[in-house]
Amino acid sequence: MSTLPASERIEIIHHKDRPTIYDYIPMLFDEFCEMHGDRLYGDDHAIIGGIANFRGIPITVIAQVKGRNLEENKRANFAMPHPEGYRKALRLAKQAEKFKRPVVCFIDTPGAFCGVAAEERGQGEAIARNLLEFSRLKTPIISIVLGEGGSGGALALGVCDELAMLENAVYSVISPRGFASILWKDASREKEAADRLRITAEDLLELGVSDATIEEPAGGAHNNPQQTAENISEYLYGALQKIMKKEVAILLDSRYNKFRKIGQFEEA
Amino acid sequence: MLEDLFKVVKFRAENDTRAEKKNKVNIPRDLLFQCPRCGNAMFMDDFVGAAKVCSNCGYHSRLTAKERLDMTIDKGTFVEYDASMTSKNPIDFEGYEQKIAQLQEKTGLRDAILTGECNIRNKHCVIAVMDSHFMMASMGSVVGEKLARAFERATEKRLPIIVFSASGGARMQEGIVSLMQMAKTSAAVARHSDAGLLYITVLTDPTTGGVTASFASLGDIIIAEPKVLIGFAGRRVIEDTIRQRLPDDFQSAEFLLEHGFVDMIVERKNIRRTLSRLIRLHTKEANR
Repeated sequence: MSTLPASERIEIIHHKDRPTIYDYIPMLFDEFCEMHGDRLYGDDHAIIGGIANFRGIPITVIAQVKGRNLEENKRANFAMPHPEGYRKALRLAKQAEKFKRPVVCFIDTPGAFCGVAAEERGQGEAIARNLLEFSRLKTPIISIVLGEGGSGGALALGVCDELAMLENAVYSVISPRGFASILWKDASREKEAADRLRITAEDLLELGVSDATIEEPAGGAHNNPQQTAENISEYLYGALQKIMKKEVAILLDSRYNKFRKIGQFEEA
Repeated sequence: MLEDLFKVVKFRAENDTRAEKKNKVNIPRDLLFQCPRCGNAMFMDDFVGAAKVCSNCGYHSRLTAKERLDMTIDKGTFVEYDASMTSKNPIDFEGYEQKIAQLQEKTGLRDAILTGECNIRNKHCVIAVMDSHFMMASMGSVVGEKLARAFERATEKRLPIIVFSASGGARMQEGIVSLMQMAKTSAAVARHSDAGLLYITVLTDPTTGGVTASFASLGDIIIAEPKVLIGFAGRRVIEDTIRQRLPDDFQSAEFLLEHGFVDMIVERKNIRRTLSRLIRLHTKEANR
C-alpha cells in the first residue's frame, strides 16, 4: 500500500489519463442501462445513473462524471453537480429501493457547483435531502471514492453501509487550497494544507470514515485501468455478498451507527 | 451609449463610498449600531430595545444563544442538555485547542450551540440554538453530537423540536470529521421524522454551507427571519466563478421564499406566538 503524502496523491488523481467512470463502466459491468433526469427540472450530466448487471446481480449505479477531455468535462461541468443531479440520484435510489436492488455510488467531484442557478434551485436542500433519504433507504448502499471526494457535494452520494476509497483517492471537507486560503490566508500553502488535512484513504480508515481501501497499480490507476477495475470488482462483489445478507432493520441500524459514532469530544 | 452606462455606474459607486465614509466617521462601536445591510445607524439602546432589528430596513441581526432563548421561551423553563461537552482536536490542527479555549472564555459557551428542553407559551419542546459568536457557529463534533442527541431525546420523549440555525458551515479545523456531522444530524432528523414528530427550523443570520446542506433544510416547517443570509455557497465564491457582482437580495430570506425553499418569513417579535401556534396545531386538540 502507498505511503505517498496527500499532495503527491492529488497529482496522481489529477493525471490526465486517470480512469473515469466512463472507463470503468464497461470493465465492471456486463450491461449498463442509463436513466436520465430528475423529473423536476432537467438532466444533469455531472451525475449519471442507471441499472447495471454486475456479475449477475442487478444493481443501481449512481456516479459523478469526470470528463476525459475538455469536451466531456464541459458537458459534465467538471464533475460539479447542480441540484437536479442530486435529485436524479435520489430518484434512482428510490427506484432501487422499490425493486430491492443494491445501490452503488461512485464519488468523483471537486464539490457541488457554486453558482446562481444552483442556489436558485436549492443546492443546500438537494444535498440535505439526499443525506436524510439515503440514511433510511431500505436497500444496501455502497459508495466508492474513485478520485476526489469534495465536501458536501461528495457526501450527498456518500451516506452508505460501506465506504471504500481507491488507494490514491482523497476525501475532504474543503479543498486544500480553500483550507489554506481561509485558515492561513495564503492559498499558495495548498500542498502543506493537503498533507495536514488528513484526507488520504489511510487517514479516513483511521478516523472511522472509510471502511476499505482498494489497491491501485504502482504509480496509480492510469498505469493499468484494467487491473484497477478488477480490484474494484473484487471489492464490490465481496462487500455486496456481505451486506445483501443483512436484514433491512439491521442494515439501517448499522448504517445509522456508522455515522452516529463519528465525532471527537469530551464531557465532564 | 455603452460608455454612458459605465459612467453612471462609476458615479454611483463613488457616491456610495462617500456616503459610507460619512457614516463611518467617529462612530463609537458601543454607542451606535450600524446596519450591515443598509448602513442605517441607530443608538445602541434603541437597537437593543427593538430586539436588535434595524429600524430602517428590518434586518434581523445576530443574537447570542442566550439572548435568543430569553426572547423565545418561557422564563425559567430551560433545562440544558450536555452542558459540559467540549471538542477534541481530531486532525491535530495546530492552535485549535487554544482557539476553543479563548472563545469559551470570551463567550461563556462551551461550543457553538445550546440544546435542551423548554416551554414556549406553555408548549413543551426540545430546542437547539446556534450562536454565531462562537467560531461563526461552524459545525464540528460538539455541534453534531449535541444536535443528534437532541433529536434522539425528542424522539424518545415524543416531543417536537425547534432548531434556530446560524452557521458559516462545517468546521474545517476538524477536517473530514466535521463533514460527517452533516450525515449524522440528517440521519437523526430522519428518525425523529419517522416517529411522526414535528421539527421546525428557524433560519437566522447567517445560515450557510454544510448546515444549509443538512439539518437546517430538513424541517417539516422552515421559518426564516427577515433579510437574513441563507445559502449554500459563499457569495464571494460565486462572484469569483461567474465574474460579476450579485444582486443585494441574492441568498436573502426573501430570495429563498421566492424560490420555494422556506415556508414563511416571521419577524422576531412574532416568533414566540408563531412557534406555539404551530406546535398547538400539531396536537390532537387544536384549540388548547
